[in-house]
Amino acid sequence: MSEEVLVEEKTELEERFPEISRDDRKGYEGFIVPTEKLVEFASVLRDEFGYDFLSSVTGVDYLPEDRMEVVYHAYQTTGGPGLFYKVQVDRDDPVVPSLTPVFPGANLQEREAWDLMGIRFEDHPNLKRVLLWEGFEGHPLRKDWREPFYEGDGKPFKSRWPGGEVIRAEDSNPFNKNVDYPGGFDPEQWTPANETAVYAGVGRLDHAVSETALSNDQIIVNLGPQHPSTHGVFRMVVRLEGETVVALEPVMGYLHRNHEKIGERNTYLMNIPFTDRLDYFNSMSNNFGYVLAVEKLMGVKPPERAEYIRVMMAELTRIVNHLTAIGFLLNDLGAFFTPLLYAFKERELILDIFEAVSGSRMMCNYYRFAGVARDLPEGVFEQVKNLVLHRLSGQVDDLDTFLTDNEIVRARTMGIGVLTAEEAIAHSAVGPVLRASGVPYDVRRADPYGIYDRFEFDVAVRYHGDIYDRYLIRLDEIRQSIRILEQVIQDIPDGPIQEGKPQYQVRVPAGEAYGRVEGPKGELGFYVVSNGKPNPWRYHVRAPSFINLSALDVMCKNYKIADVVSILGSIDIVLGETDR
Amino acid sequence: MTEEVNIPGYDIPPEMEGQVTITALDKIYNWSRRNSIWPMMFGLACCGIEMICAATSRYDFSRFGMEVMRPSPRQSDLMIVSGTVTKKMIPQIVRLYNQMPEPKYVLAMGACASGGGPFKEGYSVVDGVDKFIPVDVYVPGCPPTPQALIHGLITLQKKIDKQSIKNVRWYSKDPVEPIPIPLLGPDLMDPRDYALIKQYGTEKLAEDQQVPAAEEA
Ligand code: SF4
Repeated sequence: MSEEVLVEEKTELEERFPEISRDDRKGYEGFIVPTEKLVEFASVLRDEFGYDFLSSVTGVDYLPEDRMEVVYHAYQTTGGPGLFYKVQVDRDDPVVPSLTPVFPGANLQEREAWDLMGIRFEDHPNLKRVLLWEGFEGHPLRKDWREPFYEGDGKPFKSRWPGGEVIRAEDSNPFNKNVDYPGGFDPEQWTPANETAVYAGVGRLDHAVSETALSNDQIIVNLGPQHPSTHGVFRMVVRLEGETVVALEPVMGYLHRNHEKIGERNTYLMNIPFTDRLDYFNSMSNNFGYVLAVEKLMGVKPPERAEYIRVMMAELTRIVNHLTAIGFLLNDLGAFFTPLLYAFKERELILDIFEAVSGSRMMCNYYRFAGVARDLPEGVFEQVKNLVLHRLSGQVDDLDTFLTDNEIVRARTMGIGVLTAEEAIAHSAVGPVLRASGVPYDVRRADPYGIYDRFEFDVAVRYHGDIYDRYLIRLDEIRQSIRILEQVIQDIPDGPIQEGKPQYQVRVPAGEAYGRVEGPKGELGFYVVSNGKPNPWRYHVRAPSFINLSALDVMCKNYKIADVVSILGSIDIVLGETDR
Repeated sequence: MTEEVNIPGYDIPPEMEGQVTITALDKIYNWSRRNSIWPMMFGLACCGIEMICAATSRYDFSRFGMEVMRPSPRQSDLMIVSGTVTKKMIPQIVRLYNQMPEPKYVLAMGACASGGGPFKEGYSVVDGVDKFIPVDVYVPGCPPTPQALIHGLITLQKKIDKQSIKNVRWYSKDPVEPIPIPLLGPDLMDPRDYALIKQYGTEKLAEDQQVPAAEEA
């Protein structure tokens, strides 16, 4: 039924914009919009057709066709399938109008596309590199850009396979290091880019002596990248008036590990363990998102039992994540380590289950295309059952009793870091951050994947949009996850866990696919473009932690510097995913 | 405890036993240092989470006198490099290392810190923190389990046991030079490599100019 509606809408949309055309390449969907119409198209789509949520913005380099493409994935916050649209530009001078005026959530993503692909966004308020540093040579995700340790365009590398020789990349590099420089480069002549650009982002400080110079109390403070409360190597530049935040700019890239470039060299299967390392608290749900995207392309589905196991693992990891998120939040509030110890106690028990099924505590590498790697070993099902039916809810209630009514917790979190529903949607915030602002949007319900349409659960929602609600919503979600797990335990069938034979090299037909799951930190999307070869042509991760940060500035403004740390804690970012 | 520092073979009158210990200076010095190693609270990536795990109740490395994690390098003895070292981060890491007072140790935790790990081929990853700062103990794994980390810490304690006041770096006559801090240029630049970089740049330029010339001919 929903498809009919979609077709109808499409025609209406096409009538409204005769300039747009359908993307009729095989395996592709959506519309191709001329660049000059883009901003108008996006705003009409938002205001009149209800596609108010811009999930992802990313570029694709079609080198053989000498073209760059920017792909937009739009959804409705009321639920339903998405609408994809693209603009195509010349590869030598890719210029696209920026969507930030319509969707502020596009801000960081457009900066990323500029940084890594060299696509310029006109009228972007702050277009500078985000993951790499100013002065870096080239735009690495372009297909003709080569890294210092370049060995070949696609794995398995000829030199290593099938002979199995080992080559140490350092040995063929003149510096014996992972570096390379352009021709004619002289380091002594080099003036390193200073941080002016970063500081300009929070507004320039005028030090000109004036009458009011003395009363101007504003200072700029750097937090991070080495700071115990930034949850990793994250940096914030804040401008303060006394103790009040006037402007804030997140600075990231200190953990940029070239996930996408490496992913485009890897074969499809090789990418699964790399996804583990995105959000390293939740390798299970990262795997889930990626295999969904590739399964869409391949047109396969896992057998029943595997579907249930997938849901089981994904919900267990959500519990792990939310428990530790609460623990770390309390750390940031000053309850150093004690609540975290409670959280880690339960986490260990769940990690035992992960270790039993996958062999590793954190990096599970457990999902496979059309299945999972192994069946549950003996005794694990009982372990899960015990944990879910007899232990977890009691532990959550404990946390609840100790923390929820705690006076300090309430004083430090209620009414702090408020994000309204409109702001949250506009900034493409997802997950607990969005739902705590009163938008009941959960991909598991809005656009169900796997077998989530079978389970009974409530989409947790809270309405104040402050830190306190973002804390409460995590408790709610743990309880809902336990509810889903109870149903899984009851219904899980016997049977195979893999459709067909497990393969090392899967055949993926040409086309594009966007797979998304409701990860514990929010909507985690994988955009995969295949050209029929063993390696993906484009592999992009829509990381919830990264995009949620575009709302950080709004959340922190006019609160105290001490609150910044707890606001950041309440978003629950993980740097592996933010910087990729 | 006293057994560990006692040097046998000296007669202590029975009434003094338990109150007097005869030992070598090295021994007591190392004994006190090895049991109060303060690691820096400094997580880089996934491995950092396992490092936190090692501090929580199940593994609890405070049993080895290491529970006092310090967020400031000025108060730490040990830098656990727990995760992927990127080019953007290495200047800060070197700076932190320089700021740590002697005696100081570095433990490279995980594949990434030891040699680049799964992301080694990437363009913005440093292939091993030992290219910039000296590493005392390497702990393999991706991520190493907390047990492995604790094993690494015990290995470090053994290393400390073997050191002697006579020849340690921090009592040597000459001052210890800080490590030059790498710079971010078109790629990461190590000040120690400048001459090499310049030479490479000139050669590459010459090569680049030769190729089109050859093509024309
Ligand atoms: S060694 Fe593995 S677990 Fe550790 S930081 Fe590197 S990728 Fe992450």
